[in-house]
Amino acid sequence: MTVASADTHPLTWRLRADDSASDIKLYEANDGYAAVRQILNNTAPADIVKLIKAAGLRGRGGGGFPAGVKWELMPAFDPNAPKRYLLCNADEMEPSTYKDRLLMEQAPHQLIEGMILAAYAIQACNGYLFLRGEYVLAAERMQKALTAAKEAGYLGKNILGSGWDFELVLHTGAGRYICGEETALINSLEGRRANPRARPPFPQVAGLWGRPTIVNNVETLCNVPHILLRGADWYKQLSQGKSTDAGTKLFGVCGRANKPGLWELPMGTTAREILEQHAGGMQDGYELKAWLPGGVSTDFLLPEHLDTPMDFDSIGKLGSRMGTGIITVVDQKPGIITVLRNIEEFFARESCGWCTPCRDGLPWTVKTLQALEQGKGQPGDIEMLERTTKLLSPGYTFCALAPGAMEPLQSALKYFRAEFEQGIAKT
Amino acid sequence: MSTANQSTVIQPDGATAEEFVLSSEERAEIEHEMSHYEDPRAAAIEALKIVQKHRGWVSDGAIYAIAAVLGITPVDLEGVATFYSLIYRRPVGRHVIKVCDSLTCMLMGYESVLDAIKRQLNIDYGQTTQDGRFTLLPTCCLGNCDKGPSIMVDGNTHSHLDAEKMVQLLEQYK
Repeated sequence: MTVASADTHPLTWRLRADDSASDIKLYEANDGYAAVRQILNNTAPADIVKLIKAAGLRGRGGGGFPAGVKWELMPAFDPNAPKRYLLCNADEMEPSTYKDRLLMEQAPHQLIEGMILAAYAIQACNGYLFLRGEYVLAAERMQKALTAAKEAGYLGKNILGSGWDFELVLHTGAGRYICGEETALINSLEGRRANPRARPPFPQVAGLWGRPTIVNNVETLCNVPHILLRGADWYKQLSQGKSTDAGTKLFGVCGRANKPGLWELPMGTTAREILEQHAGGMQDGYELKAWLPGGVSTDFLLPEHLDTPMDFDSIGKLGSRMGTGIITVVDQKPGIITVLRNIEEFFARESCGWCTPCRDGLPWTVKTLQALEQGKGQPGDIEMLERTTKLLSPGYTFCALAPGAMEPLQSALKYFRAEFEQGIAKT
Repeated sequence: MSTANQSTVIQPDGATAEEFVLSSEERAEIEHEMSHYEDPRAAAIEALKIVQKHRGWVSDGAIYAIAAVLGITPVDLEGVATFYSLIYRRPVGRHVIKVCDSLTCMLMGYESVLDAIKRQLNIDYGQTTQDGRFTLLPTCCLGNCDKGPSIMVDGNTHSHLDAEKMVQLLEQYK
């Protein structure tokens, strides 16, 4: 990243060249916790919600739901039922995603500051950082930062003399992708199997232990201190007119590119710029065949789509989703059926088994793809896969896991149908 | 069950399999975790991880003992223990190797890394070497995709692997 400054690269300007985490002294010396000091005694919670809404901050976990609107969906604070919760979804498990890891390993205090401010805005008394079990280094650094923040008086009772209390606890998981689904995350946090819950009621109304609960992604929360310090107009201009969406975004490229990595760039930067300028293009001998805009639960796009701005609406118009914003480049070497078989094996293994379409439909999809991969597909298999994409679509399943699994399948059927046909056994 | 942290498992044939007592250290750690939550059962996964940290895995007896501390039924806790991939309900080796088999690591060639591990250790997924040194498991994406292929051994993530690097890497784990 070149000449990162607080003005242009709010999320990453403080990162250090040696990948170490800033300790609390260094963080404070670089404007850290300035937003907490400024806001806590001077701004009403409702005004923070308004500001986040005006800034147009959209959820960075993949859904793109406006964060301020989500906060507003919480019932008004009731002094007779004061328990409300803020959960940070740090269960980063979508294959080809590694952005929240960077934020937690290298800027742990930024996330804590974002959580303090978000909790204040929604008047939560307790917060939990739900971190996937495999992120051992992130857990170590977050715990150290939490202890330091508490000692410095940013967490605990009567924070900075405001009269407001907020306890924040690190909760580490024990595997399973489904924990990233927000209602499954709540069940897991309660010490149960991570099955999703029926909605309504939404967590904003009845979440953790049945109380009003907000679940936000790591990157979303890390944006909050910057918006509160510099304002909604500043945040909106960060995308430099490249997008109607506001802010910067952590974009990445992984797969057979020359320089896979992660960069904070204006929202709406084109996929071509990200791949060619930042990731150095494809490796010699590897051609770009297709790409996934943001994780394996997003629809494939083609090389001809590379000039599209990476933002929620532009990628949505192509029939895909920006998802987490980390591009996977798929080269020509493995066939698309092999790529899909790998993706669907992941989803079949990670299905929680709670609802039938997902529990049975995904292993069936894997079996069919394995047959096609070996040239042993049967007549009717392609039509069956097409039907499956409908039977596992939104509305037929409890949560978004199975519909997400269908996105790469349905787009592969659209763009690479000939490869499916080649997998049907010749009689 | 005699006391809250001591338990005896009754086998189907009526024989008692194991006496299991939580150490005072384990019990203190579990109770500390319980203090973080409005409902103590929220510490269930952490409690399983605590026992596993001390003993390498979670035995039947441990399920009974932990459930008693949390105030839930053993069968409820068993449902939780068997759901999560990082909780081991069978003994594992001193070191657990988790091989990322998700999309990006596949594009980067994880299969040759996996083959090298299998050849070197002469085990398949789900198996433990005869000397009890290594257990081999698959894992979904480790969130290290820009540095793949990746594997995790115990708490350490290893990046940019290939078949040649595996011999030396596994030598680090005795």
